Amino acid sequence: MTQIQTFFNALPGDMTQGLIWGLLAIGVYITYKVIDVADLTVDGTLAFGGAVLVVLVRAGCPVGIALVGSFVAGCLAGLITGMLHTALGIPAILAGILTQISLYSVNVQILSGSNLALSSRNFNLMVSSGEITSSLLVVILFNAAIIAALYWFFGTEYGMTLRATGCNKNMARAQGINTKSATVVALVLSNGIVGVAGGLLSQFEGNADVNKGRGAIVIGLAAVIIGEVLGELIFRKKFNFVLKLSFTALGAIIYFVVMRIVLVMGLPSHWTKALSAVIVALFLGIPFLQNTAKSSFRRAGKNSRAAQDDKEVV
Amino acid sequence: MLELHDIRKTFNRGTINEKKALNGVTITLDEGDFVTIIGGNGAGKSTTLNAVAGVWPVDAGSVVINGEDVTGLSEHKRAKLIGRVFQDPMTGTAATMEIQENLALAARRGQRRGLGWGISRKERAEYHELLKMLDLGLEDRMTSKVGLLSGGQRQALTLLMATLKKPDILLLDEHTAALDPKTAAKVLELSDKIIAENHLTAMMVTHNMADAIKHGNRLIMMNDGRIIYDVKGEEKKNLTVDDLLRKFEEVSGSKLNNDRMLLAND
Ligand SMILES: Nc1ncnc2c1ncn2[C@@H]1O[C@H](COP(=O)(O)OP(=O)(O)O)[C@@H](O)[C@H]1O
Ligand SMILES: [Mg+2]
Repeated sequence: MTQIQTFFNALPGDMTQGLIWGLLAIGVYITYKVIDVADLTVDGTLAFGGAVLVVLVRAGCPVGIALVGSFVAGCLAGLITGMLHTALGIPAILAGILTQISLYSVNVQILSGSNLALSSRNFNLMVSSGEITSSLLVVILFNAAIIAALYWFFGTEYGMTLRATGCNKNMARAQGINTKSATVVALVLSNGIVGVAGGLLSQFEGNADVNKGRGAIVIGLAAVIIGEVLGELIFRKKFNFVLKLSFTALGAIIYFVVMRIVLVMGLPSHWTKALSAVIVALFLGIPFLQNTAKSSFRRAGKNSRAAQDDKEVV
Repeated sequence: MLELHDIRKTFNRGTINEKKALNGVTITLDEGDFVTIIGGNGAGKSTTLNAVAGVWPVDAGSVVINGEDVTGLSEHKRAKLIGRVFQDPMTGTAATMEIQENLALAARRGQRRGLGWGISRKERAEYHELLKMLDLGLEDRMTSKVGLLSGGQRQALTLLMATLKKPDILLLDEHTAALDPKTAAKVLELSDKIIAENHLTAMMVTHNMADAIKHGNRLIMMNDGRIIYDVKGEEKKNLTVDDLLRKFEEVSGSKLNNDRMLLAND
């Protein structure tokens, strides 16, 4: 039964980590769900936000201000992707990849290497793996504050233009909405939040690393999708915006708990990335398969053969 | 109210798909003109409306709305002057947003949008009354997602959205073509009513010649990127579908090639 014990001992830490990634997932939600863009910048942004925070804190900056720095850094990354996409006409996915890859160089430059430690013994941090209870509380507050802020923002006159842009660009333009700037603003906002997630993650893990964000988009998408499936199951038509964002964060917790379970059961840790990709592929693919099952050529062919056979019998 | 001076537009210039869609369209609409537009497939009817709306820049010519030259303004910038209803009911509304949110977006067409609430309590009450006028029961579903509505309901809503803030020009591009005949008639009747009550200047493309004669005070016929016939007042009122067919052959030297139009002819 030590496995179960291991699992429960790790649970508060996993939840804290899950909620930090929950912020990233909320950022992914804004691009993937609200404005309908798959933004791959986030892999670079997560590491960027972390690098900026660690360097600022080590230089003597208070951690709160350093976290604002992570936010601004993330916003900048989003702005670059947004400009590549709207001003240069580069497809959104590619624009994100371009920013992401250049952020790798930027991060190495900022960190003067690939890794930089930030010990909670030497600095006064908001979250750290040594202080799980208070850390959990802090990340819960962060999630609550950001969800509340987004609820407000997307309900404003301006915020509604972003939603309209994501839903129907023709309609948006006909209503006088600048869909390009709306797309850029959504990318900026999304990456700003991911930058904050990066800043918190580097505190929690006690270091900034240029590779921290590798595959982050997949974890973010997994959280968004798990949250969506679960939320629609429970709330159906009452699954409103606040619940959607909350369930995105919850989806990230579930993701980390599930990963812990498979690790405890003996999966080597380097397989978790492949597993997360499989989870995302399954959840994205199932609705498609359900649809094609209802109307497929195979079924049409079978029906036709059955009808022909019936005719022959008669 | 609306002046088009010698508008020209060629698509895919320099490729084998080059298409001269507009070959010098000139027309002046007076305030309160309700113009119906007919013509064969590919005659340039939609392209004319798109040139007014600024979907893309024109190659040559100018578009002047209410004295303002908007030729150099992008689509979202001139939207302040223009209300539009599209052929496809999906195009005019945001499916994942509520009915009242769609209306609130439309109510702010051409205004600066800030960080105040996107929809006020006062507006809700107004929208409730307006939706009641449509007589489709939408006033009781204001928080429903528009994606749940039928095509006809969506077109009626789009029409309301296009005219919520009085547009200087209303553009209707075969906005009833995707609807069943009964719904189409209802939406057309509603269009008439809204245009008359608000004294709107409007352009309506239709493939139904009888409708083109019955509605509006002016009718234009297009062929090959040009206006080939322009008629108004008493003369328009007295037109028959046969007159129009004859006129088309006379001016263009060929038979009208709009398959849907011939179907709608009986
Ligand atoms: N965006 C576009 N790109 C390329 N060709 C276009 C475009 N819009 C219209 N056309 C072409 O221009 C011609 C006029 O089209 P349109 O104005 O839509 O005709 P209609 O009178 O049937 O509405 C057609 O040959 C059409 O294929
Ligand atoms: Mg057309």
